[in-house]
Amino acid sequence: MNEEKVDVVIVEDDPNDAELIMRVFRKHNMVNKIVLLKDGAEALDFFFGSRANDHPKVVLLDLKLPKVNGIEVLQRLKADERMRNIPVVVLTSSAENQDIKDAYQYGVNSYVTKPIRFEEFANAVAELRLYWLLLNRPSEAPGSVNAARRSE
Amino acid sequence: MARQTRSEEMTAAKVEIVIVEDNPNDAELILRVFRKHNLANQVILLRDGAEALDFFFPPDGAARATAAVRIILLDLKLPKVDGIEVLRRLKSQEQTRGIPVVVLTSSTEQRDLQDAYDLGVNSYVAKPIKFDEFAKAVADLGLYWLMLNKLPAR
Repeated sequence: MNEEKVDVVIVEDDPNDAELIMRVFRKHNMVNKIVLLKDGAEALDFFFGSRANDHPKVVLLDLKLPKVNGIEVLQRLKADERMRNIPVVVLTSSAENQDIKDAYQYGVNSYVTKPIRFEEFANAVAELRLYWLLLNRPSEAPGSVNAARRSE
Repeated sequence: MARQTRSEEMTAAKVEIVIVEDNPNDAELILRVFRKHNLANQVILLRDGAEALDFFFPPDGAARATAAVRIILLDLKLPKVDGIEVLRRLKSQEQTRGIPVVVLTSSTEQRDLQDAYDLGVNSYVAKPIKFDEFAKAVADLGLYWLMLNKLPAR
């Protein structure tokens, strides 16, 4: 229970991509705690299990994941009143229109495609990091249980 | 991207950036920063919440002109209809739900943050007080949503 609060959650099964993302996030000497989850089932366990009270500043979510795919994870997070206000950025190699449309309809905060070239990928992650850790202001508390009712 | 000098001359169908801001100084700063970064080609400035609702939900069945919108910058404290209400309307309709909305406001009240996220805001940015920090935030914000973020083909 004395675990440090998690700031960044990365859901990524590709070890090379995960390594690159982690490296860029750590590069700037910030003290953010990062958690890497390797498939959709681990992500659901994290959010709906032991760490349900964590409120990370951003979740970077791949779409093509083993066990439970990223769209399903997104859907579950955004359908949950306590989780829906956590910013979720889909970071994927898929530029398929249907994936992009689905992600927005389920309430993704942002959708970014992985550039193919290493350097451009690193730049994109650096921009993501700057935006979601420094510019965006997260809600400090979990979502309100009255959210659904209020939005009607 | 076609060059366009004045936003008011834009044909609405090509609007890419919607700024909903009643403070003329803030609006001018945002426009100036976007112009400086060549992002301001297709901007429309709306000055209150009622203008915003008319733009996205045209009265009397007029044609909707939102097909090209890539980002909405939405202030919260607006005349006539407040920003939270505009956000609620945008995110409750299937046709407008997918358009990224960034609340850009001087309010850092937890109540506003929570309402905005509960209603599905894509991002919430507090206006820095110092001029150059505000300009930097607007530039970063514009580059992120116009260059990095991806939208479906429409």
